[in-house]
Amino acid sequence: MAQRQTGPIPPRAGVGLKPQHYRDILDAEPDIGWFEIHAENYMGEGGPPHAYLTAVRERYPLSLHGVGLSIGGSGPLDKDHLARLKALADRYEPALFSEHLAWSSHDTVYLNDLLPLPYTEATLATVCGHIDEVQEALGRQMLLENPSTYVAFAATSMSEVEFLREIVRRTGCGLLLDVNNVFVQAANHGFDAAAYVDGFPAEHVGEIHLGGHAEDADDDGSALLIDDHGREVADPVWALYARALARTGPTPTLIEWDNDVPAWATLFAEARRADAVIADTVWSDALSADQHGSCVAV
Amino acid sequence: MPGPSELEADFARAVLDAKADVPAPLVREAPGVPARRFGVYRNNVYASLIDALAARFPVTARLVGDAFFRAMARAYAETAPPNSPVLLRYGMGFADFIASFPPAGPVPYLADVARLEWAWHAAYHAADAAPLPLEALAEAVGDAASATLTLHPTLHVVRSVYPVITIWHLAAREGEDEPARIPADGEDALVVRPKLDVEVRRLPAGGAAFVLALKSGACLEQAAEQAAQEVAGFDLEANLAGLVVSGAIVGVGAEP
Repeated sequence: MAQRQTGPIPPRAGVGLKPQHYRDILDAEPDIGWFEIHAENYMGEGGPPHAYLTAVRERYPLSLHGVGLSIGGSGPLDKDHLARLKALADRYEPALFSEHLAWSSHDTVYLNDLLPLPYTEATLATVCGHIDEVQEALGRQMLLENPSTYVAFAATSMSEVEFLREIVRRTGCGLLLDVNNVFVQAANHGFDAAAYVDGFPAEHVGEIHLGGHAEDADDDGSALLIDDHGREVADPVWALYARALARTGPTPTLIEWDNDVPAWATLFAEARRADAVIADTVWSDALSADQHGSCVAV
Repeated sequence: MPGPSELEADFARAVLDAKADVPAPLVREAPGVPARRFGVYRNNVYASLIDALAARFPVTARLVGDAFFRAMARAYAETAPPNSPVLLRYGMGFADFIASFPPAGPVPYLADVARLEWAWHAAYHAADAAPLPLEALAEAVGDAASATLTLHPTLHVVRSVYPVITIWHLAAREGEDEPARIPADGEDALVVRPKLDVEVRRLPAGGAAFVLALKSGACLEQAAEQAAQEVAGFDLEANLAGLVVSGAIVGVGAEP
């Protein structure tokens, strides 16, 4: 059996690990950079999820992605949940840990969705306090993911990118750039997705997410995009991804496909496509270096 | 302008209650209240919880059909939303809810099927443990009727006055239309996961009382006595052997 790798995650495509694909992955050991898990799905005490994850982890690097910590919530973090995350991180030694700029718990109720928050000085202070607490408890840097949202708040006093920049400055966390979320938000809130990507603090991006979205209609008939992770990545999102990569350089990129999970071959093909975009970025950098370099033809 | 915690409380209340007004401090680019957009959150919350229950209770869903199941699951989620971000734990009270859900009354065995499915789910995710082999058990127990047994951490017993295992098996099968022979008597299920696969076995008469007594810490003799109160001539040896081959025993201790 291969030695478990504990180095950094490679700047390649990875996919979300799904129970439907455990056997495909272990039988064929496909050439893929890494896998990501939703932490909460592995918080049972034992059973097949841990047995398969252990086997997958012996063969591939892992990224741990939390969906339930409610970092954007106004109340204190759930200490028990933080302890569960720490135990999972200790057991599987993931190369990355990420969570969302969102909230999902209020009082004792867990709402099982990533809900939006206003961007104000008050929420900034709360979120930064939570991130400090997470990084302290886990003993590592975390990545914070930009959300997809459907409503905005009258109270918001700064842009999302400004908010994220300030979080990074105060906490030292990194960022997870979800390109599909940018595209969905831009359509829903009427801003320029390319400008958002161009203004994003690319030097702090440790991971990129790509996922599919659904198209719905708003009350007035205008497009309302839903971040559903239930299909292929849309073509304009691929284009936005290439634009983001040109700024970040080769970056670990996850294909998220959590609903209507396809056959392994379909998911793997999406990952290969992301790998191809990463390779294109490297080559275009090399070509432009060539053009501007000091080599002289003889 | 409300503070962050009031805003969050309003938002959470309106997400959970479809009849509540959309919180006032929300804005969108076009004029008007963002009802449709807020509806995305309302839908996400309930649809994701209903999907989680449908995945956890597939046979229960099949017995009543998708539309009925989703309406029932929604009613449950409205009554008892999750209280932990570990959604694996969600649904423990679903069977009891079904038993008290009047529209499910015409399907009286539905709650017991849901109990069996919850036991399966709980066994799937419970802690792993190595079953005790027969020789080790024989050596440790000997003739000691005062011995207590440590049962497998995945073990569950589901008792039913309906033939719940037969119903569960028949409903779980897809595309097989051979005539079903359903026993008239109730069935008690032993659910255990000795290795990776969850196993569901039918317990003999008295078996459920025996296992439940052992689980609560009774010694072999006491457990057999409790079983004998349910069925005359309870066979201790046969029941013990059944537990061993099921991988249901992980340790032996003598009563102090």
